[in-house]
Amino acid sequence: MTTQEAAVLGRAEEAPAPRRRPRSGRGGAGSWVVGAYSLLALGIMMIPIVYTIVFSFNDARRTNIVWRGFTLDNWLGICDDPRVCESFGNSIIVGVTATIAATILGTMIAIAIVRYTFRMRTLVTVLLFLPMATPEVVLGSGLGSQFVNMGVERGLWTIIVAHIMFCISFVVVTVRARVASLDPSLEEAGRDLYASPGQVFWRVTLPLLMPGILAAALLCFALSFDDFIITNFVSGNAETFPKFVYVAASRGIPPQSNVIASAVFFLAIILVVVAQLSAGVRRRRLAKAG
Amino acid sequence: MAGSFDESGADLELVGVTKRFPGFTAIENLNLTIPAGSFFALLGPSGCGKTTTLRLVAGLEAPTAGRILIGGKEVTATKPHQRPVNTVFQSYALFPHMTVLANVEFGLKRRGIANALALAHEALRLVELDHVASRRPSQLSGGQQQRVALARAVVNRPALLLLDEPLGALDLKLRRQMQLELKSIQGEVGLTFLHVTHDQEEAMTMADTVAVMNKGRIEQMGAPEELYELPRTTFVANFLGQSNLFTGEVVESGSDAVTVDIAGLGIKVPRERAQRHAGEVTIGVRPEKLTLHTRKPDTAAGVNILGPGVIIDASFTGVSTQYLVQVPGLPVITVFAQNMAFGPVAEQGAEVWVSWRVEHGFGLADEPEPEARFAADDDTRTIAVQRRQRLEDELDEA
Ligand SMILES: Nc1ncnc2c1ncn2[C@@H]1O[C@H](COP(=O)(O)OP(=O)(O)OP(=O)(O)O)[C@@H](O)[C@H]1O
Ligand SMILES: [Mg+2]
Repeated sequence: MTTQEAAVLGRAEEAPAPRRRPRSGRGGAGSWVVGAYSLLALGIMMIPIVYTIVFSFNDARRTNIVWRGFTLDNWLGICDDPRVCESFGNSIIVGVTATIAATILGTMIAIAIVRYTFRMRTLVTVLLFLPMATPEVVLGSGLGSQFVNMGVERGLWTIIVAHIMFCISFVVVTVRARVASLDPSLEEAGRDLYASPGQVFWRVTLPLLMPGILAAALLCFALSFDDFIITNFVSGNAETFPKFVYVAASRGIPPQSNVIASAVFFLAIILVVVAQLSAGVRRRRLAKAG
Repeated sequence: MAGSFDESGADLELVGVTKRFPGFTAIENLNLTIPAGSFFALLGPSGCGKTTTLRLVAGLEAPTAGRILIGGKEVTATKPHQRPVNTVFQSYALFPHMTVLANVEFGLKRRGIANALALAHEALRLVELDHVASRRPSQLSGGQQQRVALARAVVNRPALLLLDEPLGALDLKLRRQMQLELKSIQGEVGLTFLHVTHDQEEAMTMADTVAVMNKGRIEQMGAPEELYELPRTTFVANFLGQSNLFTGEVVESGSDAVTVDIAGLGIKVPRERAQRHAGEVTIGVRPEKLTLHTRKPDTAAGVNILGPGVIIDASFTGVSTQYLVQVPGLPVITVFAQNMAFGPVAEQGAEVWVSWRVEHGFGLADEPEPEARFAADDDTRTIAVQRRQRLEDELDEA
């Protein structure tokens, strides 16, 4: 039995086939080396994360660098250092607001670029991708000095505006691919079946674009949440979580930051697992319905 | 129109409709009237503009020139969702994010029809797919998807139903069954059906009126029998069934028959069945109208005789035998002979004559073409064979 046949059979039986490494002609020793190497690489990647999580349980005094014993106090009293919670709250406000605004604007732009021909469409497309190609330092310093020049008081709103600006590019790229692959005859079928243009958009176009839009929104939130460079230039006195951690790093980061970082990490993992599981459940339910 | 169904079908009128795409004219000055409650079939080779015609009627495409009237009302500028028309799309166009049931309910709900759910189930039962109502379209076979597309349109009981090859992906048995269903739905409610198809048999058996379309124009339109018995152009003569066509000079134009010189023989065509009465003309006769003789038949009034020729091929097909006869100076003649007696009438290589009654001949309108006898690749039969082949391949794989 060739590996290909085996793979086909494995798939046909829907069995959780043991992971095969096709064409590993070198046999046992070779695969052992590959395995060990992978583990090592994974381990090195995980070290900072594990460190952060472990030290979120440290009974820290002034600094959180030396291990002083296990405690749950940091987790139970996240807001004991109010700056941690405040900056985290700011990051959430900025992230959510910027994500909503950038996703809506970006989706509309993506649809317009794919569906309509208008003057200077190419120029608009190129301009949209400029923020992605520009170094963040340049973008941030430029924006910051513009705000100062125009006498705009820097704060949460200027951060939000800056984040919307760089997020839009990513949203447009992500959603545009989805719009381009959308079969126009589906919208025509909607129009043919008595749906007004608005109804076609809400009931046909938008649901079909939704996976792309959600992906874009997640990406945007992630980018906004951990952006430091641009934020630093345009934030004035407002603190976001990355900015707080950066500033605190020179004096000793409070362990509550580790708690928040760990929590965000776990949240992300949980989100991925839930998404995978629910997709599996839906597949099985549909298969049963058939 | 919200909240209720149309009482009956509406008539459709196209007046001088032209559709130009950049650099390409898809429809050229099309005039068409389809009476209310009729079953109208649009037949033509691939790319002749059938889908474009339907899209114009549905409002998905705007005509470059001309007017479209449904039920006497001008709808040329009306939006698709405001036209009392539904389409079964060639590509099905089922909504992939909805269940089959939600797909079928879609139109009813947009119009605020009261018992949408019950009607949708009923429509699904009609196409024998109620058991997959909760599935997604992607979990259905091509034929099943096609039937859902049919149910989704029919359930709305539109005054005018546009069908773009709605049965193309079905196997023969299911296709016949759906043809009967379609016919009965149409008769029951008196809807007007505009049915586009490649399948000439389907067009002939289902439609009250058949229009043969070629290169954006309607070549000929009429009842199926009329179209078959009296084709007016070479295209129609070859597209609908088979024809034996001969080209020659008119030698005598009498009051009731035209005599044409074919290979030195005077062949007569009734005057009212000939489109042209002078000059070089093409005349034809259907293969089943020909009789094969092993001895030279006596000349008689009202009978045309060609021969002698040689049988170059004889293939037994069950009910009939198809002979190919080569008469010197003429294209190969096809003869369908009913197997009334036992075995074939004549063997391959035998010397034969063919004859037919004068009233069975027809004279064509177009200028004679040298290759007119050879059917093009986009002939319905070729397409039907390719379709069937593809379907069989699919079945094999499954
Ligand atoms: N949007 C378009 N732009 C340019 N040309 C088009 C467009 N749509 C259709 N055409 C052309 O118009 C002609 C008629 O197309 P149409 O789809 O009506 O053919 P059809 O008769 O439905 O063919 P088939 O039987 O293969 O479905 C074709 O030659 C096609 O290339
Ligand atoms: Mg078509």
